[in-house]
Amino acid sequence: MIFVTFLVAMMIISAICAVVFRDLVNAVIAASVVSLIAAILFYFLQAPDVAMAEASIGTALVIVIFLIAIKKTKRYED
Amino acid sequence: MRIVIGILLICVVAFAIILTVVEIPFGISKTKVGTYYIDNGVEQTGAVNIVTSVVLNYRGFDTLGEVTVLFIAALGLGAVVYTFERKKGENTKTPASLVLNTGCRFLFPLILLFGTYIFIHGHLTPGGGFQGGAIIASAFVLVYLGCKGRNSEKKNFVLFESLGGLIFVVVGLLGFIFGGYFLSNFMPKGIPGELFSAGIIPVLYIAIGFKVGSELAGIIAELL
Amino acid sequence: MMSFINSYIYYIASFGLVFIGLFILIAKQNLIKMIIGINIADTGVNLFLISLGYIRKGTAPVFSRPNLNPRLMVDPVPHALVLTAIVIGVAVLALALSLAVRLFQHYRTLDMRKIKEQRW
Repeated sequence: MIFVTFLVAMMIISAICAVVFRDLVNAVIAASVVSLIAAILFYFLQAPDVAMAEASIGTALVIVIFLIAIKKTKRYED
Repeated sequence: MRIVIGILLICVVAFAIILTVVEIPFGISKTKVGTYYIDNGVEQTGAVNIVTSVVLNYRGFDTLGEVTVLFIAALGLGAVVYTFERKKGENTKTPASLVLNTGCRFLFPLILLFGTYIFIHGHLTPGGGFQGGAIIASAFVLVYLGCKGRNSEKKNFVLFESLGGLIFVVVGLLGFIFGGYFLSNFMPKGIPGELFSAGIIPVLYIAIGFKVGSELAGIIAELL
Repeated sequence: MMSFINSYIYYIASFGLVFIGLFILIAKQNLIKMIIGINIADTGVNLFLISLGYIRKGTAPVFSRPNLNPRLMVDPVPHALVLTAIVIGVAVLALALSLAVRLFQHYRTLDMRKIKEQRW
């Protein structure tokens, strides 16, 4: 229970970091950390199918698509 | 100014939502449909994994709709990428170093084998077509990023994707001819726990695995 | 206090993510940052749906061993819905990013205020 509370606190801090960072590559890495901790929480809720889907799709493929789109546009926010 | 208005609006909405969510109890069984599927799932479908029998047998039409939405999204992405402006010097790819090249070429068939294992055993262990397809797509991304300037061939991806969708619809229509309704389970069910059991469920998951894997790899190859 | 956190921690986590995603959509102007906000809100809603079907001291809905109590298994219907929702979220994200790149190539900027003012 203390472990789950610690993971939820890390997830919310990492989501707030995705708001604040100005370099877009750093914001995308923070969003993928949110997705990874959500996959661990899916495992604690006894759902192994959904944990596998979120870990492989939300953590590996989404970040590649974002990085290709950032390479073709600007990197910094302003 | 926008930040202050944003925080105020979200506080108002959050207050209303919190008043509703507090009434929902956590950790108590709430519905009767779920208990019916758990009690009668193994006899009626033959699959040991209950989530698989819900996705492909009890709610199979939703999976057909989701496959259609993926197809339309890939089609729209192909149409938008066709109108991109190409700069002159973009097609020269620099080769990667020797260690990276050899490592990626060694890992590619192993990751493909692991993804195939996951979607073939979809009705026995946690897994299935979507997870196995995503792992196959990430194997192709590894080859594009690590090996020596490989050009992306898009024709093979389109062929496998269309083949997967076609097999899904043909099996559904065969169920209509033999069983009386679309996507009925007309093949023999066998003993629960064996590899060749559960009727049409392994065939449908193989088709979905091919389709999702080649679709996601095709999306990334199109954008590169 | 401890029992309150014990029973509601998953609801706090999922709605916290949804509100942070909505805040990014309201208060930021860069187009790619807005798409990151949509992704975070999607993850929050999926977490809420799965935490609705949890039963205390339950186990995963797979009959892997011969003697398992079917009364102690988690609800399998939200798992099927969330599997579909994750894959559709990725497809919509890819389409949105290709449209954002096309907008950048036409207007040479990704700022929402400048794009809205240049219409006519």
